[in-house]
Formats: sequence, C-alpha cells, structure tokens
Amino acid sequence: MLPENKQRVVITGLGVLSPIGIGKEDYWKALLQGKSGIGPVTRFDTSSFDSKIAGELKDFAPEQFLDRKEIRRMDRFAQFGVAAAKLAVGDAALEIDKENPEDIGVVMGSGIGGIETLCDQHNILLTKGPNRISPLFIPMIISNMAAGQIAISLGLKGPNITVVTACASGTNAIGEAYLMLRRGAAEVILAGGAEAPIVPVAMAGFCSMKAMSTNNDEPQRASRPFDRNRDGFVISEGAGVMVLETLGHASARGARIYGEVAGYGCTADGYHITAPEPEGAEAARAIRIALEDAGISPDQVDYINAHGTSTGLNDKIETMAIKKVLGDHAYRTPVSSIKSMIGHSLGAAGALEAIACALSISTGWVPPTINYEQPDLECDLDYVPNQARQCPVRVAVSNSFGFGGHNGVLVLKKFEG
Amino acid sequence: MADLSDQAIFEKVRSIIVEQLGVEENAVALETSFEALNADSLDIVELIMALEETFGMEIPDEDAEKILTVGAAVEYIKANS
Repeated sequence: MLPENKQRVVITGLGVLSPIGIGKEDYWKALLQGKSGIGPVTRFDTSSFDSKIAGELKDFAPEQFLDRKEIRRMDRFAQFGVAAAKLAVGDAALEIDKENPEDIGVVMGSGIGGIETLCDQHNILLTKGPNRISPLFIPMIISNMAAGQIAISLGLKGPNITVVTACASGTNAIGEAYLMLRRGAAEVILAGGAEAPIVPVAMAGFCSMKAMSTNNDEPQRASRPFDRNRDGFVISEGAGVMVLETLGHASARGARIYGEVAGYGCTADGYHITAPEPEGAEAARAIRIALEDAGISPDQVDYINAHGTSTGLNDKIETMAIKKVLGDHAYRTPVSSIKSMIGHSLGAAGALEAIACALSISTGWVPPTINYEQPDLECDLDYVPNQARQCPVRVAVSNSFGFGGHNGVLVLKKFEG
Repeated sequence: MADLSDQAIFEKVRSIIVEQLGVEENAVALETSFEALNADSLDIVELIMALEETFGMEIPDEDAEKILTVGAAVEYIKANS
C-alpha cells in the first residue's frame, strides 16, 4: 500500500536486443512462437571448450543506433545498452527535447561490463606493452558505461547509477529505478540491463564451474528449465530497457501504459558465492516483500516469470521458494522461464524478463518454457510447457537470483487507473 | 618509411583519421585542424599512438602537443621517420 506522498510508477516504453529478435515486436512474437535463439558460438573458436553454444544476437547493426566514432568508443555491452534505450524511448514516444533533462535518469545493470575490451587490450599489453593500451580502455570497460553512454547519447541529466548484482542486476536496476521514482528523485528513468559476455575467458570460467549445458549437438534443446534432464544454463547476450515514469508525468503527456511497477523485493541469501541457499528461504522472502510492497496477496498472482536458468539447483530451489509464498495457489499459477528460448544474458536477463512480464500483462498471453519434455519430481508446478498460453495477467511476478546470493523480485500489475 | 612521398604519408594519416574520428575523407585536408574535426584529448592520444604504430616511430609528449593540424602530423612524420 503506497502512502499518499509516494508516486506510482508505470511502464511506458520497451526496448529489446535479444537472441530471438531486436525490438519488442519481434521479441514478443518469437517468445510466443516458442522460438529458440540458441546456436553454436560463432564469435570465437570453441573447439577446446566443453560448452560450445550460446544465444548470440542476430543481425544487430550498431550503425543503426550510433555513429562510427561512438561505436569505436564503446564495448559491445554499452552499444547494446544505448541501442535498447533508444528503442525504448522511441516506443514510449518520449520527446526528450520537450522534457527537462534533469528529470530523466538512468539505472542500468550489468554483471561484468566491458569484458571483451578488457581481454583485447590485455592481449595488447602482453604483446606490445603498456604504451599501446588505448586511452579509451578505462572508459570502455567500466560497468557504469552503459548508463553513462545512454545519458551522453540522449542528453539526460537526472540521477544515473548502475546496479551490479550478477544475474539479478537487471531486476535490481528496475527495482531501484522504481524506488527512485517513487520518492520523487526523477520523473522518468530508463531502466534495464546490458551484457556482452560471450568471450573466451568468460565462457571458460562458466565451463570450469560446470554450470553450463554441454548439449552442443542440439543447441536449441539445451536450455530446458525445470526439465528432469536439464544440465546447466546457456549463456547469451543482449539488453533490455524500460521507460519508467511517474504516473503523473505519464498521464500529463498521454503516454501509453503497459503496466505498473507495483512492488520490489531485495534480499540476500548470505550463504554461498554460487549455490542458492538450499531451502530458498531468502528467495521466498524477496517474493513476499515484493508482494507486500505491492499490496497484493499471494493468491492474486496470475503469472510468475521464473529465473529458471536450467541448472539443477536453481530450478529446484526456486520451485520451493514459490511454493513457500503461494502455498496451494502455486499449483494454479503458470510459471515459465524464457531462458529456455533466449538463454541467460546475466545482467540483462532481469530486464528482458520484466519486459516479457509487461507484455504478458498488456497482451493477455504468457510465453512458454520450451524443451519441457520430462517432468522432474522436485519441480511439479505448471511451467507452461512448450506452448504459449492465452491467459489474462493482472499481476505478474519476476524473479532473479544472482551469484553471491542476490535475490531480486519485481511485481508488475495491470494499470487500472 | 623515409622513402614515402608526401602524398603517401598524407593518405596514410588521412585513413587513420577517417577510421578513428569517424569523419569522411573529404573533410580531411592538410590544413585541417584536429579541433575542427571534433577530436578531444582522448582522440589526440589515440591518433598519436596510431601514427607511432603505423610509421614505426616514437613521438614524445612535448612534440605531440605541437601537432595541431593534419599537415603538422605529415611534416613531423617526414622529418622524423
């Protein structure tokens, strides 16, 4: 329940760069078709890697969004962030030159920032020495640069921060933006996440942890959240940005509203650097806090967009956490993981998933969990197997759980005035 | 590199500038200043590094500070490579 002096926060624009489509229309269409964006890695030679598959962007042309000099000065993660931000602003029909730029902020999430540039320049350090390191190296690799470059590109002067919580970054970024708008720190915030992690050292690191699927012969079937034969996540890249506005600002300019950000929960497991706490207690508490913040009781939840990474541990423990909060209602609530189609884009994942929730609310459809073939006794909920489903969604919950035990949950609601 | 004609040096310098500053070839003439091409301090450092790499030379900072136009770069390279 919001005290009277707190602003309501609505979603007015969506920008997407994903392995299944660029732009919200293609993205949503592909999600509802159950299309997989996973394939063999093309960006480098994976012959000596255990996992050889990923969700790469197809046909992303940075020149459509940036000029040549800007492209040169940005690691791909920042290019993705700026492109998604521009798509979101266009989708929102937000005319920045008619706004006060001090009222428009940016909150982005990224797990690792400019890791590709870091690796490339490190090679130069080793082969040519320190005097050949680019003067652009530092500004290109630091994780705040997606948010910084968005502000530079669009001339935005409102509060500008970056949230880093590994795989929960995108969710936490939107949550923190929601809190900033609620307390009146800005009128508009571009919020989301961007990640470009498909580089050899990152891939190798995840492989060494035995966290990734090695189903290299059938890439499109590899990401199989909640399925009994799941064997790890599939890494991917991309960006998602939402235009969030105070309700007052959105109404004044007659903006189209996808839905409302109604609640946000943020907890920590305080348990292990990678493994989720085995009872899912803090994950459950993040869901509970988000629902209480939204003034929604658990039995009013219509759809849950799961973190659903396709790892043995996450999918089992997330299922437990959902049941802890929803009780019997969990069995009547569709729960799907779009990572089955777009893979795990780390810091961008939470944003891409919140966008899917906004679209589920505004269209009355929920995307499927594809590759669901054999139920797992420990994952016994309705995961919307394989086919999208028409299903009015008034309340959607989006979960994200990051390495380090970071639990982020958003509650999105249909805007009813 | 000492055998390169003035024109050849200019063309190499121009192609580096076009690539780094994202400008068109016809915007780059001998008398063009880097300031006119909207080069900031990071651009200048990068340009000097690229010239060092391409022409196999070192350009100390105090010399680099004086290279303010395309022509000055060409002259410097001719005199020092």
